[in-house]
Amino acid sequence: MEFNLKIWRQKNAKAKGHFETYHIEGIEEDASFLEMLDILNEQLIREGCDPVAVERGCQSSGPVSFDHDCREGICGACSLYIDGRAHGPDDHVTTCQLFMRHFKNGATITVEPFRSAAFPVIKDLVVDRRAFDKILQAGGFISVRTGSAQDANNILIPHDKAEESMDAAACVGCGACVATCKNGSAMLFVAARVSSLALLPQGRPEAARRAKAMVAKMDELGFGNCTNTRACEMECPKGISVSHIARLNREFLKAKFSD
Amino acid sequence: MSDKLISKIPEGPLEQKWTKRKSEIHLVSPNNKRKLEIIVVGTGLGGASAAASLGELGYNVKIFCISDSPRRAHSIAAQGGINAAKNYQNDNDSVYRLFYDTIKGGDYRSREANVYRLAEVSAAIIDQCVAQGIPFAREYGGYLANRSFGGVQVSRTFYARGQTGQQLLLGAYASLNKEIAAGTVKAYPRHEMLDLVLVNGQAKGIIARNLVTGQLERFGAHAVVIATGGYGNTYFLSTNAMNSNGSAALQCYKKGAYFANPCFAQIHPTCIPVHGDQQCKLTLMSESLRNDGRIWVPKKLEDVEKLRKHQIKPSQIAEEDRDYYLERRYPAFGNLVPRDVASRAAKERCDAGFGVNETGKAVFLDFADAINRLGHKRVAERYGNLFEMYEKITASSPWEEPMMIYPAIHYTMGGIWVDYDLQTTIPGLYAIGEANFSDHGGNRLGASALMQGLADGYFILPITIGDYLSKKFAEPKTDVNTKEFIEAEKAVQERIDRLFAINGTKTVDSIHKKLGNIMWDYVGMARDEKGLKKAIKDIQELKEDFYKNVKVPGSQYEFNQELEKALRLEDFFEIGELMARDALNREESCGGHFRVESQTEEGEAKRDDEHFMYVAAWEYKGEGVEPELHKEPLKYEFIEVKTRNYKE
Repeated sequence: MEFNLKIWRQKNAKAKGHFETYHIEGIEEDASFLEMLDILNEQLIREGCDPVAVERGCQSSGPVSFDHDCREGICGACSLYIDGRAHGPDDHVTTCQLFMRHFKNGATITVEPFRSAAFPVIKDLVVDRRAFDKILQAGGFISVRTGSAQDANNILIPHDKAEESMDAAACVGCGACVATCKNGSAMLFVAARVSSLALLPQGRPEAARRAKAMVAKMDELGFGNCTNTRACEMECPKGISVSHIARLNREFLKAKFSD
Repeated sequence: MSDKLISKIPEGPLEQKWTKRKSEIHLVSPNNKRKLEIIVVGTGLGGASAAASLGELGYNVKIFCISDSPRRAHSIAAQGGINAAKNYQNDNDSVYRLFYDTIKGGDYRSREANVYRLAEVSAAIIDQCVAQGIPFAREYGGYLANRSFGGVQVSRTFYARGQTGQQLLLGAYASLNKEIAAGTVKAYPRHEMLDLVLVNGQAKGIIARNLVTGQLERFGAHAVVIATGGYGNTYFLSTNAMNSNGSAALQCYKKGAYFANPCFAQIHPTCIPVHGDQQCKLTLMSESLRNDGRIWVPKKLEDVEKLRKHQIKPSQIAEEDRDYYLERRYPAFGNLVPRDVASRAAKERCDAGFGVNETGKAVFLDFADAINRLGHKRVAERYGNLFEMYEKITASSPWEEPMMIYPAIHYTMGGIWVDYDLQTTIPGLYAIGEANFSDHGGNRLGASALMQGLADGYFILPITIGDYLSKKFAEPKTDVNTKEFIEAEKAVQERIDRLFAINGTKTVDSIHKKLGNIMWDYVGMARDEKGLKKAIKDIQELKEDFYKNVKVPGSQYEFNQELEKALRLEDFFEIGELMARDALNREESCGGHFRVESQTEEGEAKRDDEHFMYVAAWEYKGEGVEPELHKEPLKYEFIEVKTRNYKE
């Protein structure tokens, strides 16, 4: 297969970015999107060292930087905005699990970083998502010290509650919800954590504090508000439901009323 | 035996050893803990749990990771589960049985005392994780559910769908976040350790590259903990994450830490087969699938031909024409034999021409029976996300047709040599989790990596490191402006300058792929003397090629992923060569290490306890000089050493 790739290039956080277009061919249908980018990078590195290519006007911005790691859809590192969708045209996958068979041969594919005020670009397609860590540091945990725990089976959790908690806990922290939201809201991310813990008896003692602290931190870090467009749910690679946002709102209001 | 290889295993009965050691360890008072600094490198299960627990104790911890967030560490990708000797199933499980299974599974090449301790603390890990809010699978009564894994006959594996590693890591990461918020831990994401700094022979700090700015930075501490995982990516294609690497461990080796059993690498039997040469990563399908999936190839070669030509579907092959070769060869364990055994059996069938895809390197993992027996809903609950993942990657549905799988490099049992306290041969340097060598011998059992990472991080290291630190609290903070730090930084700078100066025409990945091919062909599932010698020679030649022809584009002082890869590849050369050397030395078949010269008539691995019942610990002797082998004899006082038998 062959493609024209229109890719966002930006030297660093301060530099002004621009699109560059590259042509790539010989891509297998079963290659993943990121493998395709690997091949492009091989090509760009080779062209960069070939004087003929430089003469032909090769701009040689060098290989394209992009975050990636596990390539199994679980680490949450990959983060591309492809043809106007977070993680590209396939549903419920991260970019690393997107395969070229989902594209038309010869297509022009536009690749951008996740864009949000809270996720500044580091280089090309790489963004800084430390704001997510900061939100979790504000309260996305249960305060239990190593060694304090009682026997695991002393805490009974109904099967369905555990499953629902697991649905929310499946969040990989990629930031697609933020990138896709017109308000740049991190509500689905925050809700997933709050809801996962609020559903479990272990999470109840700190539920009120957690909801308030995480929401406050989210606001402080420049994420937008939720206006219930549900775009986040549509683009979440793990299919996390906005019903968790409803639970977050409930937890938050409950906490505020008891203040 | 080197005078440095003192394992410090406590005397006395097996079940008393850990208690005894704990009672001997000196304590550090809370006010003195505040004066002590610890560097933890790596934020996987081992690193995150250790840093969080050390922070809780009151130490000042700095934790480093190469990714943008500690949560991305590759522990996150572990699927199937975590073992613990809880005996919740009343199936006669016990600490002893978990210990026994692990020693036997490791083909009698791990330390009794370490493995017993691992089994002993396993139950507390589950308690801790539940308290953290990890949503483990539950029975309808609200109690915890279990499943089985390879190499055992009890159900002791706890799980959270096929995302157990993710949930355990998010638990450890949450505890880490709690400590970051409390100010006891400071996190340095997008930082890569490039050297270990020794002062008077003791580990006192690291040199790290800030991956965003490209600056080299110096960090000092009273002790350093390496928790950077394994070196499976030496093979280029593996189930490891793309950025997983062995560099931190290798830098420690070069600074004097012995490297133990490097040749023990685990080849996991159930991975999605290689599809073409554009591939850079292999995907694991959890071992838990072997609980209900049945592995087979056709009995007749003509069926194989038709499958490869897509003339028939696997489901059209009649029951009597299928060879469930694991059930046939190993009736007692069937599809749940350990990984090394299952991998070799798959290779044997494929080498005999029964591989079921175009490349001839695939076998079936079939769920038709399980779906009939349990129904769609229960199978989906157990494996739904794995089925989905398989379908996304291969465009074939395991609900309709069997999965195709093939072995791939997955885990490394070898690693930095540590004593019973998890301290390396360098005072003040500790290694935990996959980065050390200690608990899995020649082969790791499924669902034991998560157990070991968390055992080391939550319950062992935070205690044992106190013994060393109890003598250090009077020492001032480590000054990073001493000549040791300046020299170490200069050496790293020279390494980086050298790479840019080559300015050749070959990409890092193209050379890494070649290294991977050498490793897979000669240091892979079947190894022999001739091949291993060739591998050493080929790696050295490839290394020369690298230093003449590699192209590292861009500059040091920017976000530069090619530079990161080049630095890691330099270290993979060294690791690959060391693996081959260790494999050459170990003239026996044992666990994941299969020497063609050492097998039974039936083709099973043949151990040589008389000559090789030892830990091979390698000491670095300088650039271009052969490393020196030291042997730590393994003594089995509490367990009878047997030939592994999964047949009856």
